[in-house]
Amino acid sequence: MQSLPGCVSKGDMAYLTEHILLRHRDVPGIKTIDVYMAHGGYQALDKALNTLQPAQVTEMVKASGLRGRGGASFPTGLKWSFIPKDAPTTYVVVNADESEPGTFKDREIIEGNPHQLLEGTALCAYAIGACVAYIYGRGEFRTLFVDLQRAIDEAYQAGWLGQNIRGSNFSLDIHLHLGAGAYICGEETALLESLEGKLGMPRARPPFPTQYGLYGKPTVVNNVETLANVPPIVLHGPEWYRQFGTEQSPGVKIFCLSGCINRPGNYELSLGIPLRVLIEECGGGAPEGRAIKAILPSGASSHLLPGYNPELPLDYESLQAAGAPLGSASFIVLDETVDIPWAIAKVTHFFKHESCGKCTPCREGTYWLEDVYRRLLNGRAWPGDVELLLSIAEQMNGNCFCALGEFALCPVRSSIEHLRAEYEAHVPQGSR
Amino acid sequence: MTSQAFYEELQGVLKKYPVKQSAVLEALYILQRDKNYLSDEDIHTAAEALEMTVTEVQAIVGFYSLFRRQPTGKYLIQVCTDLPCALRGADAFYRRLCERLGLPPEGGTTADGLFTVEEVVCLAACDRAPVAQINLQYFEHLTDQAMDAVIARLREQG
Repeated sequence: MQSLPGCVSKGDMAYLTEHILLRHRDVPGIKTIDVYMAHGGYQALDKALNTLQPAQVTEMVKASGLRGRGGASFPTGLKWSFIPKDAPTTYVVVNADESEPGTFKDREIIEGNPHQLLEGTALCAYAIGACVAYIYGRGEFRTLFVDLQRAIDEAYQAGWLGQNIRGSNFSLDIHLHLGAGAYICGEETALLESLEGKLGMPRARPPFPTQYGLYGKPTVVNNVETLANVPPIVLHGPEWYRQFGTEQSPGVKIFCLSGCINRPGNYELSLGIPLRVLIEECGGGAPEGRAIKAILPSGASSHLLPGYNPELPLDYESLQAAGAPLGSASFIVLDETVDIPWAIAKVTHFFKHESCGKCTPCREGTYWLEDVYRRLLNGRAWPGDVELLLSIAEQMNGNCFCALGEFALCPVRSSIEHLRAEYEAHVPQGSR
Repeated sequence: MTSQAFYEELQGVLKKYPVKQSAVLEALYILQRDKNYLSDEDIHTAAEALEMTVTEVQAIVGFYSLFRRQPTGKYLIQVCTDLPCALRGADAFYRRLCERLGLPPEGGTTADGLFTVEEVVCLAACDRAPVAQINLQYFEHLTDQAMDAVIARLREQG
């Protein structure tokens, strides 16, 4: 394999020698435009404006195999290609509403490497013919967005945003928009409603945002990390990007590591790398050498992955086959000291708190799930409560209006399936 | 804030959007900024400025958790106790904080009106737990001692 920037081959797997997304860890000061440009910044946009048609940019992203990094894993280039070619007005909306317990990667990109996000946003806008983009951030990111606005101002001054960018006929304005405390707004149609000044409740799909999005116009909604991948893909080419990761899960991914782990944090790795690299080499294992009981690999909305299989490859297909999709790759580690019903009660409380109330199965279901968990943990469980949890989950399953309601079930059902004895230990035997 | 100052600041926000209503969250933030909560008058002001009904604005205020209808302490301390933080001791940290401030275990506002303490859900800082936001500013890798130092500093500022 040809040696290209950023990687070294070990066996048939390319390992990173430098960061591709978290570049601020290698290049101090890259959050300022001068340093970013001195290290290849905005060259991808320059290349696109001078040598590529918009459709060619989309084709490159398609060929790279990049998938949405917010959790849904939808092929990014394919999403862009759904935008009607003749649409007079289109929008790019960046989903920076990072609110899921266990997920803290977009925040680091925004803080450390903001211009790469802006350049990726501009490339997406160029590809789909948008001249306005919004970055929707959670309200708690207000201080973070002061710095992000500074980066945007710099980009305008340097001529990478605004009218007729670098003498081309491409113009782009990027605006920041803060939400106000609602996890549901991470769901793309709820986000669009919120951006329009309405209650952040999801829309029926179809139509999908690429047909009927912001203000009813065709819109691409992409996650922060997804867009940060785009400049290096356009600059170095899809073949370069495909050196990382596996055939089916190409590229790099930021893994958020939290919970019972010695060194929590973000780790940018090639997809397909064994779990032990993340847990042991990066994270240093569980505190005091304790055994790992289970892992939640995509934050609060995970299916629980029981035990610890050090050789499990961290790619979309392998995690799916193991019964716990990779999603946003937010690994919450639960060691042998953790009481599983307590842990799942915590995430259930989160979903109950954040249910938007639009549909009954989610609004009522999460309420009752939390209620049963509470008495389970208070030592007041009734015989049959474990079955009751499963029954509530079954009634919600497939009936929630959006994916977020369904997410609430994943940790409940999978933890009972794999570690039911831990639940039964909370239930008194005999009659009530 | 005066009505004129509000309208002037709002003009800059409205420029970003093709429809006025998109500015509602930011308008409410502006109105809430000085006193940490929204009065009935604020809600009427926002409705009028954005050509929305009062009911629509009230629904927005009720839906989004960062808007408040009651005054809080001058410093609003929000501690995340979601699973990743709890696995790193956030629950106990929160209880001890409440105790040291003379508050019940679920939080509340100190008698001098300086601090309001509450539990919140995820702040996207799980790797730096225990973590809190004080008036939306992040404080990370917290210990009891570090938190006491922050509180002492804020007390001095008054």
